[in-house]
Amino acid sequence: MQTLNYEFPADSLSGRRAHVGVVGSGDLEILMIPEPTGVARVRVRTSVDGFDTVWRTVLERFFARHGVAGSFELNDFGATPGVVTLRLRQAVEEGRA
Amino acid sequence: MTSTAIPEGTDWAALLARTSFIELSARARAAALLDDGTARELCGPFDRIESPWLEPQGVVPESDDGVVVVKGELGGRPAVVIAIEQAFQGGGIGEVSGVKIAATLSLAARDNRDGTPTVAVLLLETGGVRLQEANLGLATVAEVCSALLELRALQPVVGVIAGALGCFGGMSIAAGLCTRLIMTRESRLGLDGPQVIESEAGIAEFDASDHTLIWSVDGGTQRTGTALADALVLDDVTAVRSAVIDAVGHGVPGRHRSQRIDELRALLEAVDPADPPEPADLAAVWANAVPPRGDRR
Repeated sequence: MQTLNYEFPADSLSGRRAHVGVVGSGDLEILMIPEPTGVARVRVRTSVDGFDTVWRTVLERFFARHGVAGSFELNDFGATPGVVTLRLRQAVEEGRA
Repeated sequence: MTSTAIPEGTDWAALLARTSFIELSARARAAALLDDGTARELCGPFDRIESPWLEPQGVVPESDDGVVVVKGELGGRPAVVIAIEQAFQGGGIGEVSGVKIAATLSLAARDNRDGTPTVAVLLLETGGVRLQEANLGLATVAEVCSALLELRALQPVVGVIAGALGCFGGMSIAAGLCTRLIMTRESRLGLDGPQVIESEAGIAEFDASDHTLIWSVDGGTQRTGTALADALVLDDVTAVRSAVIDAVGHGVPGRHRSQRIDELRALLEAVDPADPPEPADLAAVWANAVPPRGDRR
């Protein structure tokens, strides 16, 4: 298991907090709390070690496009980059709903 | 699936139109059982009551520790649903998740004593105690059983096992204590899982790779056929909800299944371990073991 912390510039606000996903095989859980801080703080706890660079790339790309400010906690159980991005988008959409 | 596995008279339209219950997440299952718009989660993910024991052992924790507690109404009656998330650690029960279940049942019992007649529904998709928290998990299972006994004297506690993961280990004891137990054809119930039996007693005792054998012993059809469970339902949201409401409607029995020791002993005595009956014959063997059944279900 590995814990990774990232920060990305972010200026948009996504209404409410949201919880999506599950810490199950090939999936992950996301707890999103929007905060008007101008930054997205991401903590990743992942069961698979050694993918720091991939995580940074996936998250960088997501926050460049969606830029939601606030705190993001990701509890990952081996999700692929595609699943990670889908879950992040789902969290942002649920926050808007 | 071979054609012999499909029951005669299968209603294909209903089969295709159904919404699977077990494919929902634990949170969605709990909400789906309760009356529309009444569900309210307690100790949710943002309360961050996660297990403190997993991270030091290199296991990623979940924010709800794999147990979802939702209060609401069931057919207009106050109810609480406790759903185990089978995707997280195989539904394994740890210190936190176990205490969430036990505390919920205890608080429901207190509500009953304070004048709010609250029923409880347990969604038991679990392999039993989580190995990383072995002793603490076992201790909490004892608390779960104790709280369940307290509540079932006041209001029905209905157990549901819907998925192929099944309900095994310590939590199968909780299942056995439930007022009524609902299963699907795909689900399983047993104290020890097949793999455990095979590794402890040998492949001659139980072949854990023989799925037909496993389901003929542990499967929902066999468990309901031999009256160790009460209702066999299709894996469908509406069917499960109807069965739960029906089970609650039966109220609290004079004697729970687990209290009918004399009958259970007669069942055990009817089976010769040296020459056990075929699983398919067990219901018939047991039918003769106990005189007319009266309130068996």
